Amino acid sequence: MRFFLLLLAILLATLTPPARAVEPNEMLKNPALEARARAISRELRCLVCQNESIDDSNADLAHDLRLLLRQRLAAGDTDRQAIDFIVARYGDFVLLQPPVEPATYLLWFGPAALLIVAAASAAIFVNRRNRTLREPAPLSAEEKRRLDTLLDERY
Amino acid sequence: MIIELGHFALILALPLALIQATVPLWGAERRHAGMMALGDLTALAQFALIALAFATLVNAYITSDFSVLNVAENSSSAKPLIYKISGVWGNHEGSMMLWVLILTLFGAAVAWFGDNLPAPLKARVLAVQAMIGAGFFLFILFTSDPFQRLADPPLEGNGLNPVLQDPGLAFHPPMLYLGYVGFAVAFAFAVAALIEGKVDAAWARWVRPWTLAAWCALTIGIAMGSWWAYYTLGWGGWWFWDPVENASFMPWLVGTALLHSAIVVEKRDALKGWTVLLAILTFSLSLIGTFLVRSGVLTSVHAFALDPRRGLFILVLLAVAIGGSLLLYAVRAPALAGGGLFAPISREGALVLNNVLLTTGAATVFIGTLYPLFLDAVGGPKLSVGYPFFDRTFVPIMVPLLLAVAVGPFLGWKRGDLRGALERLWIAFGLALALGAIALYLSQGGPILAVGGLMLAAWVGFGAITEWVGRTRLSWRRALHLPRAAHGMTLAHLGLAVTVAGIAASAWQVERIAVMHPGDNIAIGGYTLHLDRLSGLDTPSYHAERADIRVTAGDRAITVMHPEKRHYPLEQMTRGETAIRTTFLADLYLALGDDDGKGGATIRAYWKPLVPWIWIGAVFMALGGVLSLSDRRFRVGVARRAAPASAVTEAGE
Repeated sequence: MRFFLLLLAILLATLTPPARAVEPNEMLKNPALEARARAISRELRCLVCQNESIDDSNADLAHDLRLLLRQRLAAGDTDRQAIDFIVARYGDFVLLQPPVEPATYLLWFGPAALLIVAAASAAIFVNRRNRTLREPAPLSAEEKRRLDTLLDERY
Repeated sequence: MIIELGHFALILALPLALIQATVPLWGAERRHAGMMALGDLTALAQFALIALAFATLVNAYITSDFSVLNVAENSSSAKPLIYKISGVWGNHEGSMMLWVLILTLFGAAVAWFGDNLPAPLKARVLAVQAMIGAGFFLFILFTSDPFQRLADPPLEGNGLNPVLQDPGLAFHPPMLYLGYVGFAVAFAFAVAALIEGKVDAAWARWVRPWTLAAWCALTIGIAMGSWWAYYTLGWGGWWFWDPVENASFMPWLVGTALLHSAIVVEKRDALKGWTVLLAILTFSLSLIGTFLVRSGVLTSVHAFALDPRRGLFILVLLAVAIGGSLLLYAVRAPALAGGGLFAPISREGALVLNNVLLTTGAATVFIGTLYPLFLDAVGGPKLSVGYPFFDRTFVPIMVPLLLAVAVGPFLGWKRGDLRGALERLWIAFGLALALGAIALYLSQGGPILAVGGLMLAAWVGFGAITEWVGRTRLSWRRALHLPRAAHGMTLAHLGLAVTVAGIAASAWQVERIAVMHPGDNIAIGGYTLHLDRLSGLDTPSYHAERADIRVTAGDRAITVMHPEKRHYPLEQMTRGETAIRTTFLADLYLALGDDDGKGGATIRAYWKPLVPWIWIGAVFMALGGVLSLSDRRFRVGVARRAAPASAVTEAGE
């Protein structure tokens, strides 16, 4: 039961706060800067939510992060610098797209490796069967004629 | 008293399941008719008992019996009846009861309708089913008992999470479970076949309907969940690659592969071992999905530590079910050598490609979903694996699949003519190209990948239509003579195309977020939105703030929309109620945000082209499945009689 209460508590935490996703009063006046801020905030995770970006989340923390991000951009940070600034404070967990590093090689290259292995196994399997495939003799004229009449009768 | 009756019925079902798991199995080994037939009786009795147990729980919810802990925690007396009932499965314990209800229902169905099954196969299927049932009964009785009483009952319950008080979500879990548990039947058939050491066309013909039915239910279940997210969350997202969603998507992907490989077993007597493995994997993923969602492990591995008993039980159950069946597979599968030979370019080859891509896709989702848990468990860094990962790994795997979907049905069994197939597809290819060019021109430097997605959708869709036209030559007589399964395939593939088009077009959505006061207006997607009024509204369950937004296009009045923000005092929660106007070509989507304290409020407006197609496509897919299911050869009792004739009639497919 305590599991479910915990889950409920998390749900409550994510649902009750007043602010809703990105708000007009948070937005920057400069449209180019705001567009950059929106793009970055779609890639950052709201840390107290289940798998929501800070752009979509209603949580207070997401609101704070959106403001922080916009402050950095307004202060002249590049996208990279702004993201690094937030990662330095919250860790890689804040990135919805995990970085490519030794700890994530398995994650990033696993699917491609699996695809190659699966395709190769299938190819070998089909080929091995294929090697034993015997061509049946082509139909004789008589057989062809019978087949045609059979097919015609069907419709 | 009544709820104790339910508890007792559940306890009684356990020994029945244990008997069913052993005696018929032994009977099948000894060819003892009586022992085998015992399984039928226990399967029916189990269903009766679980139905009784479930009914007492539903009764406790309907009568708001707060002396039952589960009811007190998850219901309240002020809820409408439908949410009192859906509250039964809106929590862990109750959802497990729903799971075993469906499981025993299907077990009873196998016992009741399975007269045309060979007795030993039926006995073994029912035995495997009972093993699953026994595991779940034990799990419920020892760790997730919904029948517990409270010493002093509260006057009012805690209520149901407002998020769950929604018609879309009320029926989402039952549909998912129908899918998961339907795959349990396919699993039971697979394990029974491994025990017997025999997989043949007849076996595939029994497994296919169950797989198809489960797949249809799962398709609808997933679509409902996605649709619910779309209209609830306030900004129109419909898929988040959230672990909870992935948990249902993985069995769907592998189940889709199973659906296709079972065709090869049925028609060509090949890919037997692989099909059995897929049946095992599909159900294993269903089990993992069921438990992952409900156990809290997805939030954090440490959630396990809160209630180690439940976590341990789940791990043991998964290990026994998955490990045991895979072990059996490793021992017995080599004996399942396939008969039908085929060249790489053939219908069989195309279905192998389908299987390779779908299972790799499922594996990718699996890796992405569980990698953070895995890293955490081995003491690595904390990571998030969000949508950007899946967009970059899963989507590229699906591209070749979509390219192949249009071609596969044109290839003949055994040896196909790829060039011939492509030549017949030139119209579809041309139409896809033309559509891409138009989309590229209209979107003017917009998202280029979306254009590609739209072209893929057109390729799949027009390909499916071309194939159907080629078969029927647009003659009613011919169309009526085709097996229903052929029409089902066309419809399902068409549905896939429709869904892909909806997904691709979502890149062209337009968004306007603004603080509006009564009298203000904004323009979006060719419409003008006028905020006429902001008002309050009280109901027994919640207090709502409500906006009256008049929609016009030029001088024409279109409609008035009412997005709401609802506050539920009992549950202490706020959630939005969006307003959506659909033309089936695009949605106008409005959500009400916070008020600004000065008589205005934030309005989120979205114009979303083709977005309804995502779910319309899913409905097509499921209908395609139902159409195939109604095929003559799957009907009860037909399997054996139709067998000799089918060799002739189906050769042309």
